[in-house]
Amino acid sequence: MSTPFYVSPQQAMADRAEYARKGIARGRSLVVMQFADGIVFVGENPSRALHKFSEIYDRIGFAAAGKYNEYENLRIGGVRYADLRGYTYDRDDVTARGLANVYAQTLGTIFSSAAEKPYEVELVVAEVGATPDGDQIYRLPHDGSIVDEHGSVAVGGNAEQISGFLDQRHRDGMSLAEALKLAVQALSRDTNGSEREIPAERLEVAVLDRTRPQQRKFKRIVGRQLSRLLEADGAATEAESSAEEEE
Amino acid sequence: MDFLSEHQPELLPGKRQLPPTQGVIEAPHGTTIVAVTFPGGVVLAGDRRATMGNVIAQRDIEKVFPADEYSAVGIAGTAGLAVEMVKLFQLELEHFEKVEGAQLSLEGKANRLSTMIRSNLGMAMQGLAVVPLFAGYDLDRERGRIFSYDVTGGRSEEHNFAATGSGSIFARGAMKKLFREDLSEEQATTLVVQALYDAADDDSATGGPDVARRIYPIITVITDDGFRRLTEEEASELSRAVLQRRLEEPDGPRAALL
Repeated sequence: MSTPFYVSPQQAMADRAEYARKGIARGRSLVVMQFADGIVFVGENPSRALHKFSEIYDRIGFAAAGKYNEYENLRIGGVRYADLRGYTYDRDDVTARGLANVYAQTLGTIFSSAAEKPYEVELVVAEVGATPDGDQIYRLPHDGSIVDEHGSVAVGGNAEQISGFLDQRHRDGMSLAEALKLAVQALSRDTNGSEREIPAERLEVAVLDRTRPQQRKFKRIVGRQLSRLLEADGAATEAESSAEEEE
Repeated sequence: MDFLSEHQPELLPGKRQLPPTQGVIEAPHGTTIVAVTFPGGVVLAGDRRATMGNVIAQRDIEKVFPADEYSAVGIAGTAGLAVEMVKLFQLELEHFEKVEGAQLSLEGKANRLSTMIRSNLGMAMQGLAVVPLFAGYDLDRERGRIFSYDVTGGRSEEHNFAATGSGSIFARGAMKKLFREDLSEEQATTLVVQALYDAADDDSATGGPDVARRIYPIITVITDDGFRRLTEEEASELSRAVLQRRLEEPDGPRAALL
């Protein structure tokens, strides 16, 4: 009989974390951040069919970086959880905190179960409140921990660098166009510090807009509306900078 | 719904065991729903009365609900069951949309509702029937469409106008005489108010516009802009205009004889 090699639990966990982190780092990054009227999701995504962002419930959105089949699985689980909650109790009883807890449990169990490979995903669950103070953003790394984020958060390959960039520049009460431009700026910075252009067709953008009259606040921004926002934004910034000069 | 039946079957209406009962169970019943198409959309409206036998159970019940962005459902029959059915229907359409990333086709929605009514057949045979009217804007065909149902879940598409509930016979008669192909949105909404007035005129279970309590029919319009429910003011204005004319002509507008 062959004796299995002894691997210390620390080592096994470190290996699994390393494996998951590498998987996530292969994917493109995405950014979730607050703006005056809600929360905006911005990411580079060449595919129109395989979304990185999606609606979970009235006020709750979902963003994921990593392996598509794995996060899609989690997304559908989340939609089911939310819809079942809302149907059994009330629509107000579905919260991002509850959902993030469920995700954390699932990811944590998968991460520490020896029978399964860890999921190579990092999730963001965001809920838009009635006022900016009520906004909630949770980041869920591959190991099942929850990080409560404020302002802006980036996940995916280049996340650390992008977060650093955003933390310096993000401020409360930005307009959608400003927030969008900042996000695109952050995403287009490469690891080596050089910048590249991301065309509007390769961007996936969605918002949770608290000013929307409908109950469901999630909305994708595509096509003309997106390019208009990106352009309007340039004009607005120019106007701003010229105003600053005058001062 | 498949997920629900596996996971928590007790939440589904069709899955409950009924105790054996004698005679008819007394429960509030909703009454008249009418729908009419016009170029560019469809109008769905309902009166506000719920009855329990000869008693008015509720004066201001709401019986017309948005199913999703481009469709609405109006319910006649046992109010409690109907409201639950609509809730489940709304949930299912929304769930499908979120999971698949696309809306169900209007036919698909109509078929789904058909299955739900069929699952209620056991209850219907004990006198707790639910008979909805489903209307929506078909984005592919670019026009409003109406579907009516019977208690067994039989579905049929109606052209131009339809009605369901106890006052439907009278409402249908009124709409038959007033309908024309080139109605504007405003004319279509006036038409449904007329039809509901006629239904209330001859059917005791249908409520007319209640000026004293400011209770007016619920009127919804679905066009390519989506679902819209007329505000309280708009509904009251329409109802008052119809009422004003009826003070002079109690039987309403007269159609040409030939």
